[in-house]
Amino acid sequence: MNSVRREVLKAGGGVTVMALAVSAGLLRPEEALAQAAWNKAAFETRSFADTVKALGGAAAVENPGVRFASPTPEIAENGALVPVTVTSSIPKTESIAILVEKNPNTLAANFVVPNGTEPFISTRVKMGQTSDIYALVKADGRYYYAKKEIKVTIGGCGG
Amino acid sequence: MTRPHKPVVAALLFAAGLLFGTGAHSQDSTAKALQEYRDALQDGNPAELWEIKGEDMWQQPRGPNKVSMEKCDLGLGPGVVKGAYARLPKYFKDTDRVDDLESRLVHCMVSLQGYTRAEATRRVFGGPGAAADMEALVAYVSSQSKGVKMNVALAHPREREAYQMGQKLFYYRGGPHDFACATCHGEDNKRIRLQDLPNLTSKKDAQRAYTTWPAYRVSQGELRSFQWRLYDCFRQQRFPELLFGSDASVALTMFLARNANGAAFAAPAIKR
Amino acid sequence: MGEPMRIRAQMAGDKVEVRVLMSHEMETGQRKDGGGNIVPAWFIQNIAVMHGGQTVLSAQWGPAVAKNPFMHFRFAGGRVGEKVSVTWTDNRGDKRTDEVAITAG
Repeated sequence: MNSVRREVLKAGGGVTVMALAVSAGLLRPEEALAQAAWNKAAFETRSFADTVKALGGAAAVENPGVRFASPTPEIAENGALVPVTVTSSIPKTESIAILVEKNPNTLAANFVVPNGTEPFISTRVKMGQTSDIYALVKADGRYYYAKKEIKVTIGGCGG
Repeated sequence: MTRPHKPVVAALLFAAGLLFGTGAHSQDSTAKALQEYRDALQDGNPAELWEIKGEDMWQQPRGPNKVSMEKCDLGLGPGVVKGAYARLPKYFKDTDRVDDLESRLVHCMVSLQGYTRAEATRRVFGGPGAAADMEALVAYVSSQSKGVKMNVALAHPREREAYQMGQKLFYYRGGPHDFACATCHGEDNKRIRLQDLPNLTSKKDAQRAYTTWPAYRVSQGELRSFQWRLYDCFRQQRFPELLFGSDASVALTMFLARNANGAAFAAPAIKR
Repeated sequence: MGEPMRIRAQMAGDKVEVRVLMSHEMETGQRKDGGGNIVPAWFIQNIAVMHGGQTVLSAQWGPAVAKNPFMHFRFAGGRVGEKVSVTWTDNRGDKRTDEVAITAG
């Protein structure tokens, strides 16, 4: 079992490999989760361009297929809780990331959307101040984004 | 799913206008945008995390006597939770006093579960990394009155007495700032910083304010009970500490709850 | 262990609508406590939502996801009564799994 696990990791450790391993009964879901290594480098980036690179892309292009949907407000009364909803109509969407440009670290979250799951995600992030937020979609190996400014009346990082 | 009410935000508009530009048009659009933000928070209110924890605590055998709270009488009979919060505070024969939900929960924790009063009230308000059992129980019980019309009685003489005492407290000026509750909550369009304050002497505001507590307070990341709401108002007024479950706190709750009669209860809510 | 999650999984047409609330501090590592000391970062890093042995959503989070996190998504192929489970792990190695049965829309 351990050697199998190592082989799986050697094969790339990506989520797709993990999902295969889980469905093949090689790993229990919790084990797969523990092993999908958290992308420390990506979460330490300080700009949109650096995040794209750390996630494995060369560059990202703006595309109307990526959209901020309701609820994503124009103004957040409290930056500690900012609803963000992203949809993608780009074929073969694989993942949706949410980035806040002026936060200490840019990347807030990255969702992997397998086949059968709608390219739609709604969640809530913190914003330290008024900033552009980005929705970054990986589709068929390429990166696309949408951008939107959200104004914050109370910063959400001070506590 | 509760819809937040239209904000009374002249003050907020003014302040927001300074931040985001001025003029009637931008004020309208700012108010609209803030309303959209508040609406957006309604789906997935973290208060639900306190509700499920409180429900579990209600059902689990706890305390030295290892019994659940399911025999606790909140006014509608032992174990009846549905609709109970919308009728509190009320006079209880067994304690011979007017109880609000929190003081009644303490009574049940002591009389049924065998806790001492000190144990039952050791942590009544949660802080970072240390949630309070009391606030979970309050979240669960109050959630079971969602949609129920407030119907607080003044039938018993002690209930009328509590209401009158609460009214006196509401208008009582004191402390180093010579403040009363009514100083901030007795007129329209008052605010603290960016926060608009309800005018609790108007029926509409009084109903809206009372029926939206308890609430998940975003700035604190905590579920806050009505006892906390009053405690913190007293702190802001620089009054002596309002003791948890005290006659004064229950009387003020009685005054405010009764004035909300007729409105559908809509909490636990979520607030900035 | 963490506190229980609130999971709703409900049929919406031919899709399953999933809403998850998690109880977590999501400390940024930027905040100071009353004594002026930095409160160490403490946040959920990995999430997996499973249905019928398949991952229907996975995610990696940083500390900028809001306290007591919420997420909402939809997947196809679920039926009423089948289980949906959510597992998170945080940067301290703590983890929690909860599951619910899919309900009718």
